[in-house]
Amino acid sequence: MSRTFDTSSPTTTSTDEAKIHYLFQLADNALIMGQRLCEWTGVAPELEIDLALCNIALDHLGQANAWYEYLVEIYPQATDVDQLAFCRDEHQYYNITLVELPNGDFAQTIAKMALFSIFNYYLHDALRQCSDARIAAIAARSYKEIQYHRRYASNWLLRLGDGTDISHERMQKALDIVWDHAFEAFTPSPADHIMHQQGIAPDLEQIKALWEDEVHQLLHKATLSIPDTGFTGYRAKSDGVHTEHMGYLLAEMQYMQRRYPNLQW
Amino acid sequence: MTKEEILDILQQIKDPEIPNLSVIELGMIRDVELSAPNAVIVRFTPTYSGCPATTLIKMEILQRLKEAGVEHIEIVEQLSPPWTTESFSPQALEKLRQAGIAPPHPHHKRGEDPPALGIPCPYCESTDTKLLSAFGTTACKALYQCTTCGQPFDYFKCH
Ligand SMILES: [Zn+2]
Repeated sequence: MSRTFDTSSPTTTSTDEAKIHYLFQLADNALIMGQRLCEWTGVAPELEIDLALCNIALDHLGQANAWYEYLVEIYPQATDVDQLAFCRDEHQYYNITLVELPNGDFAQTIAKMALFSIFNYYLHDALRQCSDARIAAIAARSYKEIQYHRRYASNWLLRLGDGTDISHERMQKALDIVWDHAFEAFTPSPADHIMHQQGIAPDLEQIKALWEDEVHQLLHKATLSIPDTGFTGYRAKSDGVHTEHMGYLLAEMQYMQRRYPNLQW
Repeated sequence: MTKEEILDILQQIKDPEIPNLSVIELGMIRDVELSAPNAVIVRFTPTYSGCPATTLIKMEILQRLKEAGVEHIEIVEQLSPPWTTESFSPQALEKLRQAGIAPPHPHHKRGEDPPALGIPCPYCESTDTKLLSAFGTTACKALYQCTTCGQPFDYFKCH
């Protein structure tokens, strides 16, 4: 069994290839978000936060697992879930750059989680009603978990934004740092485009409108200002071009499978 | 081997995180089919995406049925319709309470925050209780404390 993943990145010329790329987008978002949240284990500001972040991380890893299982069935180059999660190179991951950004302080983690989980909530709400039965089933189960992630992150964003002067300042700074990266979610990749034509993926313009509505209201309630949208050209989702943070994340996450190929426990 | 005998065996398999509830009572077994005299298909639905007990439970299903003499066992994962806490039987709710876990509350809407106050204490039935953490010992539970008897307890969130 090959443990490397030496195929060229899936191009998006056919419907099948687009679907594979699209599933990688979903799986990699969940995996990398989960991996980052796991970094809080044991060092979160409070025991309750530690429990929450670990549990939310676990939800994401479980969701990633379900998407990779589907990929193993339909992607000829895939051998097993571990190979997909741990043996690809950086340019073969198609998550949005938002999820790979460092955790920063707790405010930055909350900013990432709020912007991501609100997007994820509307995306999965659409996918659970889509025409691909397997995608719909995985999305339906994930959706229930994402509801709790969205709640959790929104509540903290509100509390920190509308809190003390210091918490407000740090929450605003965190939002300013991660803001641009959220918009990668709404820039359609070729796979997003083809899957939408196939009646599987939703129109990202609609998702963006729902997201902006909710995020703007949330920021207003939290007395935070909407950061200026600057650079919106991140292309990890479509081309596998990541930020400088991704390599370090993968070096840690992939260490065991790279050092001890086929390791099981 | 009959379908009833298979179900009896599955009834012995408990969730490691809720040791007095079986996988049947938790609604994780959708159906059992005898495809041939010694071949069984178990339709299994996992609970939470990240539930660490899933792998363990599947291993135990394989092992128990093998010990009972079933030669061919296939566990088919059935995701749709998704698992929900609404499928708990009244007996299952009572068993949750006996295990010190407050069952899903009718006033708690799925996906909403668990109520800050008033989830009945599984130990003394007092409703003078408060939410400590929306995420408890596992993703499916929240952590509460009873003001009357002082006992902290898990609450099974609506899913
Ligand atoms: Zn009590």
